[in-house]
Amino acid sequence: MGYPHKSHPKETPILSKYFGEPQARTLDGWKERGGYRALQQALGMTPADIVNVLKESGLRGRGGAGFPTGTKWSFMKPGDGKAHYLCVNADESEPGTFKDREIMRWTPHALLEGTAIGAYSIGAEVAYIYIRGEFTEPLRVMEAAVKEAYAAGILGSNAMGSGHRIDIHVHRGAGAYICGEETAMMNSLEGRRGNPRIKPPFPAVAGLFGQPTTINNVETLAAVPHVLNNGAAWYKAMSLSNPKSTGSKLFSVCGNVTRPGNYEVVLGFPFKDFLYDLCGGPLPGRKFKAVIPGGSSVPIQTMEEAESTLMDYEGFVAKGSMLGSGGVIIFDDSQCMVKHIARLARFYAHESCAQCTQCREGTAWTTKILERIEAGGGTMQDFETLLEIADNMTGKTICVLSDSCAAPVVSGIQKFKHEFEAHITGKRCPFRATAAA
Amino acid sequence: MSAQREGATQGEAMDHSSGGSIGEIPYRPVFVGALKEELEALLGRYPTKMAALLPALWIIQRERGWVSEEAMVEIGQQLELTPAYVKGVVTFYTMYHQHPVGRHFIQVCTTSPCGACGAEKVVEALLAQTGCVDLGATSPDGRYTVVEVECLGACGFATPIMVNDDFIESVTPEKVPQILTQFK
Repeated sequence: MGYPHKSHPKETPILSKYFGEPQARTLDGWKERGGYRALQQALGMTPADIVNVLKESGLRGRGGAGFPTGTKWSFMKPGDGKAHYLCVNADESEPGTFKDREIMRWTPHALLEGTAIGAYSIGAEVAYIYIRGEFTEPLRVMEAAVKEAYAAGILGSNAMGSGHRIDIHVHRGAGAYICGEETAMMNSLEGRRGNPRIKPPFPAVAGLFGQPTTINNVETLAAVPHVLNNGAAWYKAMSLSNPKSTGSKLFSVCGNVTRPGNYEVVLGFPFKDFLYDLCGGPLPGRKFKAVIPGGSSVPIQTMEEAESTLMDYEGFVAKGSMLGSGGVIIFDDSQCMVKHIARLARFYAHESCAQCTQCREGTAWTTKILERIEAGGGTMQDFETLLEIADNMTGKTICVLSDSCAAPVVSGIQKFKHEFEAHITGKRCPFRATAAA
Repeated sequence: MSAQREGATQGEAMDHSSGGSIGEIPYRPVFVGALKEELEALLGRYPTKMAALLPALWIIQRERGWVSEEAMVEIGQQLELTPAYVKGVVTFYTMYHQHPVGRHFIQVCTTSPCGACGAEKVVEALLAQTGCVDLGATSPDGRYTVVEVECLGACGFATPIMVNDDFIESVTPEKVPQILTQFK
C-alpha cells in the first residue's frame, strides 16, 4: 500500500498489506494474518524442492542486482559437512531507497519467516540480519520479534519441532554505505573494516567466516513465504510485461513529488501511470524534470524516457537506466541537476572505502570538478576530464561503488548537458539566481 | 543516560590531559559485572571472538557516550585483538564517536533526495538554534552537536534527522524549535 498514504486501487499490496498496522508486528498478530504457515510447510519439504519452487516462481533479488533467488540458493550444497550461513542484507543505504525499513518496522515476522525458510533451504543453521546502524527503530522491532520467535520455539535448536536448528541474530552496522555490498558486509560481520573482497571466491564457495554463504535482500526474503503459500504459478502469473520479471515489487518514491512514500505494484507496471497517478504527479505549479528510478547508483532518466518505461528489470534497461533497488528519486524543474549530481558524487566520495585507486581518487576528483562547475568556475574542458575519469571508474575496481558514482555523472552529462553549459558560460548556477530573485 | 553523561565528562577530562591519560584519572573498565555477561552472551552468537567487535563497540558507546583509546585497548584484550586493529575498525565506521560529543548528537540527512526537499535550511535552523558555531562543533553549553549525515534511508520523509537514537521524520525549519525543546 502507499504507506504513509492510503492504498491506491492500482497497487498490489502483498508485502505491504499490513504496513501501518501495529498489531501485525506481534507474533500473535502475524499468525492471525497467516504467518509461519509457509515455514511450517517448508520444514516438511526437502531443500531441493523449495529451491525448485523458487526457481519456477521467477523471483529475483530485490536488492539491486536482480539475480534469480532459486538459482542463488541452488549454489549451496546442504549436507557437505561445512557450516553454512545466510546473511540478510538490511543495510539499506542506497539514496532514494526506504522499503526494507518499512518491511522491518511493520512486518518483522515476515522477514524472520523468509529468513528461516532461506536458512533451511541452503543448509544453514545460523542467519545474521545485518541492519544499518541508523535504523534504530527497525532494529528494536526486529530484536523484539526475534525474542518472540525464540520464546515460541519457532527459532532455536528445534525450529517448529522440525528437529532442525535455525538461529537468527540481529547484527547492527555502524555507518558505512559500502557494507551493503555483500562481501564488505561479510567482512563487517566478522569484525573487520568493511572493505569489499575480490571475487572469486564467490560467497557460496567461501563467504562468511570462510564458509559457504548466501546473501539476500530483506524484500526478497519477505516475498518467499508468499511464494510458498500461494505457489510458484501464482507468483509467476503476476507480471504485466515479460516472464523474466515476475511478482510484486516495492518502489520507494522521494524528491519533488506530491505523495512520496512506498508503493507496491506488479512488475511491468507503466512508469507514467505510477508517477502521475499513484504518486500524484508534480507539486503544484511544477513539472517533473528528471528521475533516478532505481536508487542513486543507476543512470538518470529524462521524463521522455521515464514516461515510456515499463517498471521491470528489462524495461528500465531499455529506457536508459536500471530497476536497481526501486528507489525512485524525482527532481522537478526548480532543481539544478549539476548541484544534485555533485552532491551524489560527494556521497560516493564520502562512502568510498578507498581500497581501489580509481574509486578513491575518481570519486574525490569528480566531486571537486562538479562542485567547481556548480560554483561557476567550470570550463568546457571539464566534460572531457569528467568522462575520462568516469571511464576509469567503470568496471575496473573490486566492487561497483565507483561505477555507481560514474553512472549519474555520465548520464547527467549526456542528458542534461545544457545545464552544465549554462553554469560554465554564465559563470554561476542559474538556479541559484532564480532562487535569490 | 546519567551513566553516559558521567562517562562523557570523564572522557572529556582525559581528552584534555596532556600525553597518556592513564595514570592521571584511572580508567574504569566497561566490561565488568552485567556488561561482562552481556559481552559473553554476544560471543555465543559468532564462531570467532573478532565478530563480536562491532556489537561490543556499540556497548562501549552506549555506556560511555564515545569510544576512547583506553576502551579500544580494553575491548582488544577481551577479544584478543591488538589496539591498532581495533582502532582501524573504529575509524572505518562513522557512527563510533572517537571523542566526546554533545549530550544530544544530531545528524541531519543532506543527501540529494533530502537536498531537493530543503535539507540545507534544516541544517541552518539547527545550527542557529542550538548555538553550534559549525557542523561537528559542540555547542558551548555541551548540549548539542550537529553533523550532516549521508542518506538516513527515509527519503520519502524528508528531511529525517536523528537525535542520539531517536529518529525524527519530515523535519522542516519551522519544526526545529519544538523538536529542540524535547532534547534539553
